[in-house]
Amino acid sequence: MVKLTINGREITVEEGTTILHAARENNIYIPTLCENEAVAPYGACRLCLVEITTARGRERLVTSCIYLVEEGLTVRTDTERIGRIRRMLLELLLARCADSEVIHDLARQASVTRTRFTKQTGNNKCILCANCARTCEEVVGVAAISLARRGVDREMTTPFNEDFSEVCIGCGSCAYSCPTSAITLEDTDGTRVINWPHNQMEFKMKACSVCGKYWAPEKQVEYVARTSGTPLSDYDACPDCRE
Amino acid sequence: MEVKELKEKVKQVLQKYQLDESVLVDILHDIQAECGYLPKEVLEETSRGLGVPLSRIYSVATFFKAFSLEPRGRHLIHVCTGTACHVRGTVKVLEKMEQALGIKTGETTSDLKFTLETVNCVGACALGPMVIIGENYHGEMTPETVGPVLENYN
Ligand code: SF4
Ligand code: FES
Ligand code: FES
Repeated sequence: MVKLTINGREITVEEGTTILHAARENNIYIPTLCENEAVAPYGACRLCLVEITTARGRERLVTSCIYLVEEGLTVRTDTERIGRIRRMLLELLLARCADSEVIHDLARQASVTRTRFTKQTGNNKCILCANCARTCEEVVGVAAISLARRGVDREMTTPFNEDFSEVCIGCGSCAYSCPTSAITLEDTDGTRVINWPHNQMEFKMKACSVCGKYWAPEKQVEYVARTSGTPLSDYDACPDCRE
Repeated sequence: MEVKELKEKVKQVLQKYQLDESVLVDILHDIQAECGYLPKEVLEETSRGLGVPLSRIYSVATFFKAFSLEPRGRHLIHVCTGTACHVRGTVKVLEKMEQALGIKTGETTSDLKFTLETVNCVGACALGPMVIIGENYHGEMTPETVGPVLENYN
């Protein structure tokens, strides 16, 4: 176990815990945007930043969703300096993602009502956190999309910006993992549409042989059968009718 | 180069690195040196050979300025736009360069002779504006010397 102090409170948590989780376990709130438990820590949005003083007296600003607790660590989550930096980050995010509800909410919480930066046009919800791509690779095992290029040209896209992805199975994990709803998914009679930041993909859905309900994209069913080594016929009926 | 030939080159490079995906950047460097640039087929073959998703390879290949997914000219021109060269008038040199080659920065002439790029300081500020073509350093460039310098290359 590791002993540390957060906002003057002494707490004890298990080794290997991030500062963010240590704080959450003790009901101390730190705002987050890109943090996602399904994938490895990454630290893209920087909103979860905190001030630390190490046992040796070194002071630093770190992202709490990545930084692991240390014996004797002193953490402050709501200083004037953090507030100032976080408000700046939110102004930048507001300019980048003018359409994002989540970001407007976080900004409101921090009393940021306007941005001094030029608003970006086009698809303006993506914060480039790569949760979608990392979920696709780490959890699903497909890796259909990734971040490409750098600097102001950086974007979430398919290899070679292609409109159609051969490998995508239409599972929609990217949409579920996106913190800002920059990726959306819509199921209508037999078709699933996934909107990525740079394009749109359509998938044919599989109908249950018993109840007739569309329950998963055909490509996803084929993928599951292939990777689990089970015959495709096992998946004729939907999970509800298979019992 | 034929696609078959390109794939053969990829295979050789991958073998040299014993299919070690942790040195992907080195692998891509070598492949680019062999093939001139990184065409789509080459990246796909690299992905297959290493068992690394194409999306990750695309991400790395587009991140570093040293990699090009488009064909590049035989001669790579780097015009220095670092602070010292800028003050010494590099903007005019670059303009003249674009005009003389009929391309914009980042592009390649249609005869695949020249590729034009900029660089930020090559450590020869006292000799600025600097233009580097291939391995050759040309100092104290002016719009007037652009034409004569380019004539040395074919
Ligand atoms: S689309 Fe969503 S999950 Fe993917 S990088 Fe952008 S914000 Fe993150
Ligand atoms: S939540 Fe920690 S960097 Fe985004
Ligand atoms: S700025 Fe051009 S060489 Fe230093």
